[in-house]
Amino acid sequence: MTHLTEEQLFAYREGETTQREAIAGHLTSCTACRTELDRMEAVLSALDNLPVPERGPEYGRAVWQQIAPRLPERAGRGWRTWLEPRRWVAIGAMAAVIAAAFVAGRWSKPKDAGSPAASVAQVRERVLVVAVGEHLGKSEMVLMELANAAPPASGQKQINISAEQRRAEDLLDANRLYRETAQHDGDAALADVLDDLERVLLDVAHSPQELTPAKLESLQKRIEAHGILFKVRVVGKELQEKGKTPNSAPPAKESEKRERNKA
Amino acid sequence: MSQSAGSTQDREALQSAARESDAIAVERTLAGERDAFRSLVERHSQQLFRLAYRMTGNEHDAEEVVQEAFLRAYKNLGQFGSRANFGTWAYRIAANYAIDRMRQKRTEEARRQTPSALAEEQEQDPLDLVPDERPTPDRVAGNLELRKKMEEALKELSSSERTAFVMRHWEGCAIEEIAAVLKSTTSAAKNTVFRSVQKLRRALEPYVGARGALQAKAAGAAPEPRGTEL
Repeated sequence: MTHLTEEQLFAYREGETTQREAIAGHLTSCTACRTELDRMEAVLSALDNLPVPERGPEYGRAVWQQIAPRLPERAGRGWRTWLEPRRWVAIGAMAAVIAAAFVAGRWSKPKDAGSPAASVAQVRERVLVVAVGEHLGKSEMVLMELANAAPPASGQKQINISAEQRRAEDLLDANRLYRETAQHDGDAALADVLDDLERVLLDVAHSPQELTPAKLESLQKRIEAHGILFKVRVVGKELQEKGKTPNSAPPAKESEKRERNKA
Repeated sequence: MSQSAGSTQDREALQSAARESDAIAVERTLAGERDAFRSLVERHSQQLFRLAYRMTGNEHDAEEVVQEAFLRAYKNLGQFGSRANFGTWAYRIAANYAIDRMRQKRTEEARRQTPSALAEEQEQDPLDLVPDERPTPDRVAGNLELRKKMEEALKELSSSERTAFVMRHWEGCAIEEIAAVLKSTTSAAKNTVFRSVQKLRRALEPYVGARGALQAKAAGAAPEPRGTEL
């Protein structure tokens, strides 16, 4: 009888041989080959016990402290992202919103407007109110569609969410811009909602395109867990109402922002 | 059975959640939020340390590999496809850097080693090579001795062999992943894994393979040829 080679035995152990059944059959009748396999196993098992020094739960933090001062400043990839052709549609839409808001600002300019600076700030506020309101409306639609998506019909194993993903990706850049603006303007409540929304949009954008019922349910639970739909709906409505009012209150409504932040 | 299916699902859900939060952290780092990278470092440091230690064999080198891997990951984050898995990517960077470091160290050591030192090293006590089959008079000392032998045997592997063995045996990586790190074909990577196992067997079997050898003797197995015929 010809015995198995060491390579055959190793391939069998690793589950990487096409002759699996033949080798298994040989091993049941050949003590020498079985012993050879045992010896190989004994060495590999012994190596399993070779310890690795423990690193405590604080190790990650320690590594960060070591490397943080050595990390170069990153400019952010905003400009590169904007050059992607897919983003041009989003840029166009945002430009149209801003232009419309600007024109609306000029048309509805109250006769008793105060100083020119106040007027510019008012227009800027209107632009933001209109644009963010619309942005939240669009985001709400995407999230609603996902939250209410039915599991795949019987016979279909997965559901395709690529369309929602593309829309989520397009909304992400605008969201980031509005969040930064809200932070800059000290509107912490709006910035928080946009921050939560950004996480959920990223979550959607990075999910697989094809979802099993379990994964769809898990995504829906994550959307629910953030309570983001409710927040987006409330703030979006508030902003849209504000955008419709021609002579909305002056921009420097610190008291209103403070109230919202408190809430 | 349903319990194990449940735990598999839980594990998958956890892995998927970790990947998603990794993707968010990567996006934010790329958008200029340096602190977002911190969560990636904190999440993956332990795993990278384990790999680095097994590859380099010492704590100091392993810690340096972990730090350098994260620095390289940060610098090259723009090239990282955000749909990929950050953990796997950082792991690959660490493995590559560990290989470079091992090769560099070996070259330096070879340059430093004088011929007399080399001869001294080769003059090994023949008794050291005799397998100790006594019924463990001092188990702790025996374990320490075995550990030392295993460390020596791993040290004797080439850097590619050690990488292939660590990734396959301890980390359970796919052959394709090992081939990517070694920059070789899958069949070459498979051969490298096998070669490493062969070398480790030759070096360690006298210390751990006694049971198998005794069984073979007891069975009176004649030394027959080993071949492909089944």
